[in-house]
Amino acid sequence: MNSQANTYNYTVVRQFAIMTVVWGAVGMLVGVIAAAQLIWPDLTHGISWLSYGRLRPLHTNAVIFAFGGSGLFATSYYVVQRTCHVRLFSDRLAAFTFWGWTAVIVLAVITLPLGYTTSKEYAELEWPVDILIALVWVAYAIVFFGTIVKRKTPHIYVANWFFGGYILTIALLHLVNSAELPVSFTGWKSYSAYAGSQDAMVQWWYGHNAVGFFLTAGFLGMMYYFVPKQAGRPVYSYRLSVVHFWALVFTYMWAGPHHLHYTALPDWTQSIGMVFSLILLAPSWGGMINGIMTLSGAWYKLRTDPILKFLIVALSFYGMSTFEGPMMSVKTVNALSHYTEWTIGHVHAGALGWVAMITIGSIYYLIPRLFGRTEMYSTGLITLHFWISTIGVVLYIAAMWIAGVTQGLMWRAINSDGTLTYSFVEAVKAMYPFYGIRLLGGMLFLGGMLIMVYNVVKTIAGHKAVDAPIPAVAGAHA
Amino acid sequence: MEILYLLVPLSVTLVFVIAVVFWYALKSGQFDDLEGPAYRILMDDDAPASTAGRPNGDFDLDQK
Repeated sequence: MNSQANTYNYTVVRQFAIMTVVWGAVGMLVGVIAAAQLIWPDLTHGISWLSYGRLRPLHTNAVIFAFGGSGLFATSYYVVQRTCHVRLFSDRLAAFTFWGWTAVIVLAVITLPLGYTTSKEYAELEWPVDILIALVWVAYAIVFFGTIVKRKTPHIYVANWFFGGYILTIALLHLVNSAELPVSFTGWKSYSAYAGSQDAMVQWWYGHNAVGFFLTAGFLGMMYYFVPKQAGRPVYSYRLSVVHFWALVFTYMWAGPHHLHYTALPDWTQSIGMVFSLILLAPSWGGMINGIMTLSGAWYKLRTDPILKFLIVALSFYGMSTFEGPMMSVKTVNALSHYTEWTIGHVHAGALGWVAMITIGSIYYLIPRLFGRTEMYSTGLITLHFWISTIGVVLYIAAMWIAGVTQGLMWRAINSDGTLTYSFVEAVKAMYPFYGIRLLGGMLFLGGMLIMVYNVVKTIAGHKAVDAPIPAVAGAHA
Repeated sequence: MEILYLLVPLSVTLVFVIAVVFWYALKSGQFDDLEGPAYRILMDDDAPASTAGRPNGDFDLDQK
């Protein structure tokens, strides 16, 4: 046996963990620029590459797939090895997933500003990149499930179920939604295999399940490992975590049509989407309570441990946005909220509050362990990061809530003679102060991320990468 | 809306696939012990070598 066989593969975990921090800062910077463009539309002097329409998809791709995706790769590879007590199934394939995924992101950074887009939200990347994504994802699935198969522990820890569910579902969603016909094999342009409202239905079947499985199930896998580990306590109810997983995967697939209320979609389809969205409240809140109650009897740890603060506040935002989501899917509420800034607020409660904070907490847990240190360079800076980003999120979502409701009410206001009370541009003008507050919130969140970059650099500097040994007695417990 | 002829059967099939996986996991004993696994991840000491031997952080078993 060589030394590699006796250690965990931390190399790929390290690569993804560091890129999570880098892409987080980049993606949030692009978001801040896009937010500023909404206040000052001529900010980038009409340069087409930097126009809002091209930067916005770059922002969403960078934060979801580059930041969130790298975070999921890093944590899933770490968790599956540590809980199965074996090295990853294949080092080469794992390395391919890192370089392949990074290539996907670099291609996104180049092609999106150039204007190559399928115009499908959260699936903007054109066909050559789609093929690369599919290849990387197949390799990811082989590495992950291969590791599960050769595990030395009889039980598969619940976090791995969440990771596994997310990997399989994303493969299916990507294949169906990105079915497209290239105009020529030498160019970038392609057309979707579906047309009109059919395309819209496929798009939001994909879009909502991407939220459900990429942004929820994947990060719940993170939560079920890193919250107990950081708290030093077992999850509140392991039984409930298993129920959480199965309830979520059984019901999530059907919620997509709530993105298409009051459109050409058949009415019954919209209603199914709404009903299943409401049902989802139950497993989501079960999981949220389960995560937070893990601290039961050890609440004092929240006072001193900023990593735990990140993880627990992330769960609170998970609870908030999984309550808000089902409410917004109710048709009468949706009639007011749809197409307004409220949706943007909802998305960011989930994206900044839940996804980013649970990722940041988990990465703070990982970085020292990957470089043979007992803790981050500065705990004080983590605390500062926590407060600055929490204030940022709260400013962001509060501004967008008020903006959204204002917008919705102005659009629907009608005079006694049946004419509209406000012209469209008046509603736009009313958004100015809220766009300003949103920009401030975004800048705070980005500032927190830059503090993290500094803290990570200082933690790594002068320290060697360490691959932890696999415990010899692995699997001794039945 | 012909697309529903694809999406609805696809989602229904998926529910059956999930049900089979659940049934298989249940039969193979994955859910026989719904307490132990929660403690087991805490017993896996992933702190760097310099602190090896010390349980992960201030791990406490008082809840058991």
